[in-house]
Amino acid sequence: MGEAAWPSLPDCFFIRRGVILNLFKRLRRGNLGDNIFGFVVLLFGVSILVIMAGIVFQLWLQSAPSREKFGWSFLWSTAYDVQRQNYGAGVFIYGTLVTAFIALILAAPVGVGIAAYLVEIAPRRLNRVVGSMVELLAAVPSIVYGLWGFYALNPFLRDYIAPPLQAVLGWLPPFSGEFVGTSVFTASVVLAIMILPTVAAVSRDVLRAVPDAQREAMLALGATRWEMFSRAVLPYAKSGVLGAAILGLGRAAGETMAVTFIIGNNPQIFKSLFGQGATIASEIAAKWQEASGLTLPVLMELGLVLFAITIIINISARLLVMLLVRGPRGGLRA
Amino acid sequence: MSQLRRPMTGRFKRRRIMDRAMTFAAYACAALAIIPLTWIVIYVFVKGIGVWNARFFTQLPALFEAGGVRNGIFGTLEVVGLSAAIGVPVGVMAGIFLAEYGDNILGGTVRFTADTMTGVPSIVVGLFVYGVVVLNTGGAYSAFAGAVALAILMIPIITRTTEEMIRLVPNSIREASLALGVPRWKTILRVVLPTALSGIVTGVFLSVARVAGETAPLIMTIFGTYYAISKNIFDGPTTTLSLLIYKLGGAPNPEVVKVAWGASLLLILIVLGLSLLARLIFKGEGAKF
Amino acid sequence: MSYLHEISEPVVEVQDLNMYYGAFKALDSVGMKIAKNRITALIGPSGCGKSTFIRGLNRMHETVPGARIEGKVLLDGEDVYAENVDPVRVRRKVGMVFQKPNPFPTMSIYDNVIAGIKLGRRHKKSELDEIVERTLNQAALWGEVKNKLKDSGMSLSGGQQQRLCIARTLAVEPEVILMDEPASALDPISTQKIEDAIQDLKKSYTVVIVTHNMQQASRVSDYTGFFFIEEMGAPGQLWEFGETERIFSNPKRKETEDYVTGRFG
Repeated sequence: MGEAAWPSLPDCFFIRRGVILNLFKRLRRGNLGDNIFGFVVLLFGVSILVIMAGIVFQLWLQSAPSREKFGWSFLWSTAYDVQRQNYGAGVFIYGTLVTAFIALILAAPVGVGIAAYLVEIAPRRLNRVVGSMVELLAAVPSIVYGLWGFYALNPFLRDYIAPPLQAVLGWLPPFSGEFVGTSVFTASVVLAIMILPTVAAVSRDVLRAVPDAQREAMLALGATRWEMFSRAVLPYAKSGVLGAAILGLGRAAGETMAVTFIIGNNPQIFKSLFGQGATIASEIAAKWQEASGLTLPVLMELGLVLFAITIIINISARLLVMLLVRGPRGGLRA
Repeated sequence: MSQLRRPMTGRFKRRRIMDRAMTFAAYACAALAIIPLTWIVIYVFVKGIGVWNARFFTQLPALFEAGGVRNGIFGTLEVVGLSAAIGVPVGVMAGIFLAEYGDNILGGTVRFTADTMTGVPSIVVGLFVYGVVVLNTGGAYSAFAGAVALAILMIPIITRTTEEMIRLVPNSIREASLALGVPRWKTILRVVLPTALSGIVTGVFLSVARVAGETAPLIMTIFGTYYAISKNIFDGPTTTLSLLIYKLGGAPNPEVVKVAWGASLLLILIVLGLSLLARLIFKGEGAKF
Repeated sequence: MSYLHEISEPVVEVQDLNMYYGAFKALDSVGMKIAKNRITALIGPSGCGKSTFIRGLNRMHETVPGARIEGKVLLDGEDVYAENVDPVRVRRKVGMVFQKPNPFPTMSIYDNVIAGIKLGRRHKKSELDEIVERTLNQAALWGEVKNKLKDSGMSLSGGQQQRLCIARTLAVEPEVILMDEPASALDPISTQKIEDAIQDLKKSYTVVIVTHNMQQASRVSDYTGFFFIEEMGAPGQLWEFGETERIFSNPKRKETEDYVTGRFG
């Protein structure tokens, strides 16, 4: 068997020599059914590339009127004037980044903690229970998070968490001001809960990829479990854990419905976290059904900006995780 | 004289205390993950179960009194079913491509793109489908457009699970079939795929569960309605449970909000049920969350 | 079988040790004394429990899920498995070098050496410098790395990495050093260097070395223990123990003779 029976089709299709030449060669040599099948699944594989390219192309196309009118200044302009038809993405980019970063600051330590618990501590049976719970947390629909965040979490944060925070940190601008009905703060906490499964799951995979030899080396030097984790495991897994966190950041930046429900959709550069704000995604969702004229291309351009932000975040995160899990040290998911 | 058992003092004691504190912190993190899930599920149940009656399941939504979500139930089934019909074949075929023909630059590109696609915000996919489907069908919001958007969200998940599951099939099984003179494509379809089936079905269930709760991309594709869903899947607004929750949940009338809670309970049961079912189907290692 | 009579002043005394992985019994009723400032080699066919045995001496065995142990391991007369003995303290006194070199990849050579002592009390920079130089010398590595102490530990060859791991273990100043086939993954020249280093170590340390290599055992060790399993799936036993010269020239049991003469294994 081996090579002769299993020629990797695209190997000869795309790399060794010309595409067409090889297609004909293989058609003459190989089984016709094999060739057709290989070609069909290849088309489906390529369709994923087509969709991705299509997303960029469509958003670019649909946002043309907005791009032509506002130019590059759309990206930083904080204008948002419906009367004068003057729009900018600045306010929404600000809202997106601030909520996503707060969510990340809240979720990253807990997510890595869960991963550490699952990999270094948990007895196997408990491991399954906690693992499933985290999985189900990822399955709860965004809109249900929104409803729960609005009616259940927001009053709780307003009555029990915000007052002590303000008592201690109230002199800082982000914690000053009145806790209004809906808030950036609540939206960020809900986002943190929503990205927790992502951060935890990827961190768990990354920590599992750390070879046990590293753990044993540290333990044999007389380290406690915490010292083993903080001095051998974490430094080894550093880039992957960072990747997990950034992946969570990407999730938070793109999350729509929960934020739309909670944040108040008030296009302003908020100074207090207890005030209202808006994110790119929440603005698109909230304004779509009344959009007309120029607002439609404006929303499309906002979508393009959101796409660019999340793609940059995602690709950098994946590269970091790949660096560790596939490993320059040849350490495949050991 | 005892060196190993002498009482803990000084630095060693501090190291031990730190170790205990950090172990406790890890337990606390695990507990912290359980709190919101429990809170949400119980809260939605308590708030939602009260409106589960005949009217809830058989009537259309009302704006100023408690109505039903019949159109949302049908709409969810229709849009999600259609999206699976589009997304599953594409995803599985692309997964076969990656697993069986994907160890090269093209395969690597497709794989990386699929991974990146899972990170594209669903609302962006909604905008894309609005441009491609809605505008090209005369500006008609439709169940079909919504299904395309959800399918695009499903495809990368199904593709990657299918690939992983097929890669788990031992090579000896392929070789046994090939040695009998069965062509490669038949070997893949008749031997490899069935072996990987339980894993692939799990991936399908998980992806269906994920899109069943989606709302954002549906706003610009099926638009939503309080009336009965359109009979023509290619034309006319439709609604889903998730869109109804969005609309009714923000209503000023508390009776109407209650209906949103009832719909949330139904949606959570569908989504969590599908996720649990997926876990039950798949018994192997390496399950993802 | 128990071989407790031969050594009068042992550092480690193992009494009736049984070791398990879950339901599987890996080691049956081992008794052994390990002489101070001597090198004890453990030989035997694969899977006979040599590695398991030495992992029982510094309580590394229990880091494997489901692993458990019965019996006593006395270190200077104290049972390391007694209640309220902290395994962390045991491992400070009984260091370990593993089969595959496992330096910490994110640390420099210098930081690798002091990784263990940084866990304990604070040291002055000059003290650390002195320790690094001394232990790298003891591990026969100083000359090769003294000009690149800030480089990553991963920049070294496999043999150098293993000697770095030895230096790292020495820096903690344990009483006993356990070595689990430390040269099995290395080339002959590196092996030679490590054997030389081990010879020097016995001036200040007690060394227990697991090896597959009979020549290595006969070259470096003062005492030799032969582990053996009677059949597949049975637990390993300490089949024979004694002075190395005697074990290799005049073994008492037939299986030992067969093994040391290379008739099986």
